[in-house]
Amino acid sequence: MADYKQMWANLGMDLEKHDVLCEVLPEAFGGVYLTQQDRPKGMDFYDFVVSEIHGVRPAEMLQHQKEGGKVFGTFCVYVPDEVVFAAGGIAAGLCGGSQFWVSGGEKVLPANTCPLIKASVGARLDKTCPFFLIPDMYVAENTCDGKKKAWEILAGEVPMHIIDIPQMKRDRDVAAFEAEIRDFVGVVEKVTGKKITAESLGEAIKLINNKRRALQRVYNARKASPVPISGKDALLLTQINFYDDPARAAQMANNLADELEQRINNGTGVFPANTLRIMISGTPMAIPNWKLHHIVESLGAAVVVEESCTGTRYFENLVDETATTLDGQIRALAERYMKTNCACFTPNSARIDDIIRLADEYKVDGIIDTNLQFCNLYSTESYLIKQLMTERNLPIMHIETDYSEQDFEQLRTRVEAFLEMLRK
Amino acid sequence: MIVIGIDIGSVAAKGYIISNGSHHRAMIPSGWSPREAGQALIDQLLDASGLERDQVERIYVTGYGRVAFEHADKTVTEIKCHARGVAELYPEVRTIIDIGGQDSKVISTGEKGQVLDFAMNDKCAAGTGRFLQVMATALGLDVSELGDAEDPRQMQTISSMCTVFAESEIIGSLARGNPKGGIIAGLHQSVGKRVAAMVRRMGIKEQVAFTGGVAINPGVRRALEEEIGTKIIVPGACQYTGALGAALLALETLRRD
Repeated sequence: MADYKQMWANLGMDLEKHDVLCEVLPEAFGGVYLTQQDRPKGMDFYDFVVSEIHGVRPAEMLQHQKEGGKVFGTFCVYVPDEVVFAAGGIAAGLCGGSQFWVSGGEKVLPANTCPLIKASVGARLDKTCPFFLIPDMYVAENTCDGKKKAWEILAGEVPMHIIDIPQMKRDRDVAAFEAEIRDFVGVVEKVTGKKITAESLGEAIKLINNKRRALQRVYNARKASPVPISGKDALLLTQINFYDDPARAAQMANNLADELEQRINNGTGVFPANTLRIMISGTPMAIPNWKLHHIVESLGAAVVVEESCTGTRYFENLVDETATTLDGQIRALAERYMKTNCACFTPNSARIDDIIRLADEYKVDGIIDTNLQFCNLYSTESYLIKQLMTERNLPIMHIETDYSEQDFEQLRTRVEAFLEMLRK
Repeated sequence: MIVIGIDIGSVAAKGYIISNGSHHRAMIPSGWSPREAGQALIDQLLDASGLERDQVERIYVTGYGRVAFEHADKTVTEIKCHARGVAELYPEVRTIIDIGGQDSKVISTGEKGQVLDFAMNDKCAAGTGRFLQVMATALGLDVSELGDAEDPRQMQTISSMCTVFAESEIIGSLARGNPKGGIIAGLHQSVGKRVAAMVRRMGIKEQVAFTGGVAINPGVRRALEEEIGTKIIVPGACQYTGALGAALLALETLRRD
């Protein structure tokens, strides 16, 4: 890795503590990723990003700020990045995915908070992640109680704007979300000092849609058998897309998709054609959380699709590009984002329809429905999901876990027993 | 045909050797090295049956230590092995409750002992052998003494599901002068409730068998029967069903090949 020590010091990072993280990450990444066979060449870019994870992109963000641009940190797929990019800003997903940050979060949060929130708060408070220190503003939301209250604690650290996400999807809820986006436009204009126009928002909508289309291409390639890319690699790509430059992200994903489509034409893949195909549904897996994918794939099955925020929920729906007025565009944004199905909504039967549809499209043999420990919403929803999948004879297993390694062996046993069941 | 099945658990390693119809079994503590425990167990099984290592045609290994043990022809999960082992002993069983040192499982099985569904405790020691071991220590007993020491007539209900909180609850209960036998009955009830919730989620299909080291404890069996509302079969060799299943699966593939 290039030397970023001065940059980190300028950000006020705890360099000593950060060194510990820098030491363990390459080893973890090497063990999980670099041991895989026949990886697509297109993954080189993502390997490079990981090797410079706290250097290369933060340096770009700082350069952007130096030139007068603003950076917004986000934590949820319901935050419309388009608005930020329309004002010449950068939006970056910040969610923490490492056990390393959990203890920092536990200093201020109750023990029964999910690891994603703990890690996110810990990464900021411990000053061990540049992405958390760079933003001019955090754009947060109230998708769950844990997050809602955590923002009140982080608001003492960094300017914070909260988007009120509806909990139902009636017409008036979509209208309410439209009003939230309108407010958000005002907030972003104020922070950046730039006016958002129908022209700039229209371009930003295309920019983010293009990223979504590129990700869709990669995911479509995963429908093939033999599958041309491992689930771990696809997950890494999605994770990095949360904070990479959207135009570059689209280009890199398109390059990868070209290669994967070529592999499909040649009939080659990373697993044999008769490999068990697994869908993982549930809560997001923020970088560097690769635990469950690694367990499944080291037991010889392939993860072919993720019904999660770090999966289909991130890119499945496009924003209508035909609107030409700001009002029309904001309406189109509200409609697109309200199509995303998260367990924070009730009723949420559309998510179950998504899972059934994806199981068919990706020809999965079994579903692992998972949630981060203490995520009450997804864990409760797992009951109905299991019931409805069982009715359709879709084998399903539920797993609750966190970022630690403690339950690794136990999870391996459960996943292995599930695969044994499927192999019959 | 001579095969061995080994189940290296978190507390004990169990083994079964089947040679042309006759069989022997053995058990030793897992200790700190599952690999060495597995090796020692194989030596014991060979001694007991008077056979040599090279006469053994297949070794299947299950349990937590299965990954560390390198002399296996195949590793199989304990879930599949328990299902197979119990089906051999009690073909009528459709639900298996297995409580071992560090986890509890409920397995729903089909007519041929195949696994239809299963559940396992999440990251938590409540409702496992570990829970009982910690509580026994708090009461100044060995875990093996709990079963005989309980007195359900003086039941002291433990409300905490969490091992850590339950331990302080017990200390408080002892401090108030509550009878030890009643507290122990309460502990068994707490494990019973926890595991019964998992069984009910899966759906109770009779008959129900109870295996694993904790099945030796008649208090837990009593509590489970009360909670589930059905009779529970505890195989005489309740700790060996995983090893037996592994040996039977080895035998089946040997016959097929």
